[in-house]
Amino acid sequence: MAEPLVPVRTYTMVFVALLALAALTTGLAYIDLGPFNTVAALAIAAAKMLLVALFFMHVWYKPGLTRIVILAAFFWLSLLVSMTLIDVFTRNWTPQPTGWLPGS
Amino acid sequence: MGVAVAQVSPPTGSRVHYLNESYGIKSWLFTTDHKRISLLYLGSITVMFFIGGFAALLMRLNLLEPAGAIVQPETYNKLFTMHGIIMVWFFLIPSIPATLGNFLVPMMIGARDLAFPRLNLLSWYIYLVGAGFTLYALISGGVDSGWTFYTPLSSIYLTTHVLSAATGIFITGFSSILTGLNFIVTIHKMRAPGLTWFRLPLFIWSMYATSVIFVLATPVLAITLLLVGLERLLHVGIFDPAIGGDPVLFQHLFWFYSHPAVYIMILPGMGVISELVTAFARKRAFGYKAIAYSSMAIALLSFLVWGHHMFVSGQSVYAGVVFSALSFAVAIPSAIKVFNWTATLYKGSISYQAPMLYALGFIGLFTMGGLTGLFLASLAVDVHVHDTYFVIAHFQYIMVGGAVMAYLGGIHFWWPKMTGRMYPDLWARFAAFVIFIGFNLTFFPQYILGYLGMPRRYAMYPPEFQALNVLSTAGASILGIGYLIPFVYLIWSIRYGPEASPNPWKAKGLEWEHSPSPPPKDNFEDVPVVTEEAYAYATSEPARV
Amino acid sequence: MSDIAPASGALVGASDLPSTAADLHHQFEEIEQQRDAGNMGMWVFLATEVLFFGGLFTTYTVYRSLYFAGFEVGSHLLERPFGAAMTFILLGSSFTMALSIHAIRMGRRKLLCALLLLTIILGAIFLGIKFNEYAEKWHEHLVPGLNFHPTPDQLRGAPGDAVDLFLCFYFFMTGLHALHMIVGIGLLSVMAIRAWNRSLSQANYQQLEVSGLYWHFVDIIWIFLFPLLYLIGGPR
Repeated sequence: MAEPLVPVRTYTMVFVALLALAALTTGLAYIDLGPFNTVAALAIAAAKMLLVALFFMHVWYKPGLTRIVILAAFFWLSLLVSMTLIDVFTRNWTPQPTGWLPGS
Repeated sequence: MGVAVAQVSPPTGSRVHYLNESYGIKSWLFTTDHKRISLLYLGSITVMFFIGGFAALLMRLNLLEPAGAIVQPETYNKLFTMHGIIMVWFFLIPSIPATLGNFLVPMMIGARDLAFPRLNLLSWYIYLVGAGFTLYALISGGVDSGWTFYTPLSSIYLTTHVLSAATGIFITGFSSILTGLNFIVTIHKMRAPGLTWFRLPLFIWSMYATSVIFVLATPVLAITLLLVGLERLLHVGIFDPAIGGDPVLFQHLFWFYSHPAVYIMILPGMGVISELVTAFARKRAFGYKAIAYSSMAIALLSFLVWGHHMFVSGQSVYAGVVFSALSFAVAIPSAIKVFNWTATLYKGSISYQAPMLYALGFIGLFTMGGLTGLFLASLAVDVHVHDTYFVIAHFQYIMVGGAVMAYLGGIHFWWPKMTGRMYPDLWARFAAFVIFIGFNLTFFPQYILGYLGMPRRYAMYPPEFQALNVLSTAGASILGIGYLIPFVYLIWSIRYGPEASPNPWKAKGLEWEHSPSPPPKDNFEDVPVVTEEAYAYATSEPARV
Repeated sequence: MSDIAPASGALVGASDLPSTAADLHHQFEEIEQQRDAGNMGMWVFLATEVLFFGGLFTTYTVYRSLYFAGFEVGSHLLERPFGAAMTFILLGSSFTMALSIHAIRMGRRKLLCALLLLTIILGAIFLGIKFNEYAEKWHEHLVPGLNFHPTPDQLRGAPGDAVDLFLCFYFFMTGLHALHMIVGIGLLSVMAIRAWNRSLSQANYQQLEVSGLYWHFVDIIWIFLFPLLYLIGGPR
């Protein structure tokens, strides 16, 4: 109850921004940007997520503990992704043996 | 056990407390009282413990003969799988959190219940449903994938009841998640006035760290089991090598949960030990902040080391190096705790009641188990001993020599608070000794066996290993008897044990000093206000019954 | 939306919801504590959901990096206009959901119910399109495991296995998401009923807030699913 009442105007502006970003990401997918397609798509998705979280979910108006909970979740997820990728990306750096005998 | 407690006549005359404030099976099955729920869990996990223990007994009997004494290899595979599944998910993981944690977290922080009492009851029912699916798998023929469910064996090739077992574990995972969620919110939002974070009992710190792991790791197990289940049902999946799937990826997902899970199993035990050591040495904890911070460090670091289960799986060597280095790092906070407990004991006024015997046993055995973990963290050594009895001995020292002993120590310590009765002290000390001796006789030979090369999960072995195996089985029989003794006298004590005073150990802590034994339904007459540090022992007068 | 007063930023209109406070549960000392705990509980639950979906996103990331060509071809088998439409619809439903919180704080019962109903309808439309897509995939014989017989035209040179894998992810991830949406629609339906019979009020709307958080989270999952599944690579 102590939370400030978010004005409708704020919600509307955020919604319009979300629609614009959705249109942007769709549009960009019809242009060949090479690897930048992926980067752009993820960046736009992240921006949309932030808008929804900060304003629709009120994280902007919330104390630090809420932010710590979300940040912790994403941080831990990043551990899963990054350390799994460390394995997947470096598996071919050493020659893979095909048998038990030396030289195979 | 729930029924027996409900019918006992009020031990403290006409005083009303949480056990006798209402009678009947419905008052137990629909309770939202965290204390009653903890007893419901206590009964359930005890049943699962004996089922899992029975599987272990059959395994050890089979290993009396090099060619396998009593079961076929296919059956043996099912035995070690069910032993692992039941002990890990249906005994060890819920043991301290769902019994002692549920009972003590609100009491230790001066709250009247957990933040979400109905979720608490729901988590018990979820546990039962999960146990039901798993026991169904057991009765209808068992599972033989190993508790680790490695693909593609589990997802494609096995014809046993993998799906029911995986479903059971998937469901039970939500029980853990809800418990962890409940504890986190309760500890953050419901501490009594004056109870700042650094005045909390160390048991609460360890429950908090455990809950963080519950909440962050268990969902990954859930999705992993879901994927294995889908692969079995739909005959296509993302771990199927035939379509380019990567079985090692399953292992990454599985161990991302399962390594932190082993810390779920040991952290609460460490919290119990902090309580026991301070109470029975009559001293404040040496290095309180170090112990508190080390619990949080373990919660974080435990997520960075899972690849040490995969050194020989085909994982990249470079990833192996990273995981190995981090595994050395994760030993540090555990070691810090051991140093601090030892320093707490130094010049303390020590008495040797049963809980303290368990605590001392824990410190020694956990240290041995932990040190052998360092051997396993070294890549080169692990290549030699991976999948041998050395690994088994390592984790049994920590899980049984550590976690189970801490659990028993905690049950004994808080028994008078939970039931209002004292157990017979001499039998308790005797049982502690029997357990200690039986344990070491069972598992020390396994270090040697593993080093000499005996593989794990084998129903048979070369004849030169027989002597050590027989020794191990003899130890297991003693250990089994050791576990039966407390089972008997604890139940006996509920009806016939002497009534306990509110604080028989003269221990510090809100649950002891601010509430009778057993507590009333609402835990306290009035909400306590905390003005002193934890473990503020004034004198060095020894604890006495 | 005609009662929006841009100047004050708040919805104007007569309040017709009672101001009865929520019941204080026995384990809490103050209503503020209860509300705080309830909110924190939902946030912690959402953290678990991040890790739950996160496991899927992780495996997706691994396979996408290993089999990009196959994933790109697989992605082009999906209908981008439908994906975009679903995205717009879900964003709209988040907007109406956020407005419904505003409505209850203003005590506007009928508006609240209308907004909740609109949110549910948008969610249902989303699911309708999704299930239509699934049916389409069935007719095209592109359902892994159950009905997977791609034509060379569809594969366009990419290995069938990699496309198979991609479609596994498509079905698993959107299916899990759809399941969460169904749960969300159920939750919001209960909220709509409670809003209608005045169980919710200006002083007692925490359940609505918490349901809203869940709904927004499900929207966020889709915000990521859309580019990761529908927009891989550039134009066809």
